[in-house]
Amino acid sequence: MLDTRYRVEIPGGINLEAQVVGPVPRFFAFAIDLGIRGIIIFVLSLLSIPLGSGGMGGGFFLIFLFVIEWLYPVLFEVFSRGQTPGKKLLKISVIKDDLSPVTLGASMVRNLLRTVDFLPLFYLVGLVTMLSNQRFQRLGDLAAGTLVISVPESAKPAAMQEIMPLAPSTSLLRPEQTSIIEFLQRSNQLSEPRQQELASILEGITHEKGDNGVEQLRRIGAWFLGVR
Amino acid sequence: MKQQLFETQHQGVWQQIEESLEKPTQGDNSKVLAENYLLLCQHLSIAKERLYDAALVERLNNLVLALYRELYRYRSETRLNIYAFFKRDFPLAIYRHRYFILVALLVLVLPGLVAGLWTYLDEDAVYSVLDGPEVRQIERMYDPEARKIGREREAETDVFMFGFYIKNNISVAFRCFAGGMLIGIGTLLVLFFNGMFMGSIAGHLTRLDYVDTFYPFVVGHGSFELTAIVFSGAAGLRLGYSILNPGHSSRLDSLREAGRDVVPMLYGIVLMLIIAAFLEAFWSSSSSLSIEVKYTVGAILWALVLLYSFSGRRHESG
Repeated sequence: MLDTRYRVEIPGGINLEAQVVGPVPRFFAFAIDLGIRGIIIFVLSLLSIPLGSGGMGGGFFLIFLFVIEWLYPVLFEVFSRGQTPGKKLLKISVIKDDLSPVTLGASMVRNLLRTVDFLPLFYLVGLVTMLSNQRFQRLGDLAAGTLVISVPESAKPAAMQEIMPLAPSTSLLRPEQTSIIEFLQRSNQLSEPRQQELASILEGITHEKGDNGVEQLRRIGAWFLGVR
Repeated sequence: MKQQLFETQHQGVWQQIEESLEKPTQGDNSKVLAENYLLLCQHLSIAKERLYDAALVERLNNLVLALYRELYRYRSETRLNIYAFFKRDFPLAIYRHRYFILVALLVLVLPGLVAGLWTYLDEDAVYSVLDGPEVRQIERMYDPEARKIGREREAETDVFMFGFYIKNNISVAFRCFAGGMLIGIGTLLVLFFNGMFMGSIAGHLTRLDYVDTFYPFVVGHGSFELTAIVFSGAAGLRLGYSILNPGHSSRLDSLREAGRDVVPMLYGIVLMLIIAAFLEAFWSSSSSLSIEVKYTVGAILWALVLLYSFSGRRHESG
């Protein structure tokens, strides 16, 4: 089964969860970074001409070339929360496999081993490795103990603010809470009769029928979402 | 306890922690972080156990996550202690890689000696390793008449050569390391061919009696450069060996452990090659320094590098 959820238990018995990311967004992120690197190298080569290509300018240019070739991903991953500009645009990020931030050493290892993942052409080894394990890790990730995950967005639906929240009369289990919240979030995609039909199942909680039941349920959902 | 009461009781603490996470922290606050982390874990467990609503659980969960990240970010920063790295971490890593270093050294030096002897004895042998233009270029570089030694065109400045050595040598070392991922074969090939290449150049130039330009040139930076290449080979072999012989752990865990162990070697290799590039560009190439000075300084540099490389054992415990 294809399941991209990755779960880790951290100290304190808390479960952390993340979504690992497959080859496609990673390819696009890499392509964007490649473009950015190309532009930087082009600009630097123009800047270094007045300084003399065999002298100062050429020397600095070669050093920058080295930095951009090998250390561009490392520097961004370590100092920009696991994200190169390309990864930032694709909303993905590099993280250690215990979901703690990526370290300099791990980032070095995963990026130096790109050389092998690239073999024989266009990251073929990397792609095959990625597809043959559940966490989409290429060889560099396996050796460094890193993952690429999607960065969660914590956007709350703004429309909820208009609903008067209502505390439920009894405490509800987590899955029950979740279903009520999902009902609230999806109710405008459902037809009126279907909404009433669903709400009528929960008459025991809302103590109302028909349209009022739907309204009550939405208010309870808002309460579970933290509206006060 | 009703949720509202729980919330009003702890609201202050949560807000305080949220605010403290907003601004970047300074200095050692790991103790406070750890205390907050434990407190929030407890609150989160209570909230889950008592079926408090999803929003509160999510808020606490995010707080715990943020604290966790902060706590471990702090840890990873303290690990980059430069003094401890030079004093202990790097020599210890060298000591722990000693068998891999030995293998890498042999795979570099033996083909080098054979190729060197061969090109020294046989005039045409050098053309089996290098092609004609390459040989002539190298002959020009070490021509005793040259104003600057070790350069193709004498007009190239020291700074240019510094950049050139940085880019080339560190790239070779990185590829040598990465080749270890192919169960060590890539690393062995890089070492073997580099050894053969350097050996045949040395043999050929000795044959031509360019002894007084070639050896004083390479002796200085060679201390850092050759040692660093051997270290990068050792780090690559460590990776390859971890896959071939994982011992009691799984192949994956074994590889990950190797990936952690080689990190100090990688830092060290980069630093050594920067020093080597600096020496090669600004010191070795000078033709105004006397040969005696270059040999003396070269000997001192070799002694320092070797002494340092052998200093790791006392840091090994048990």
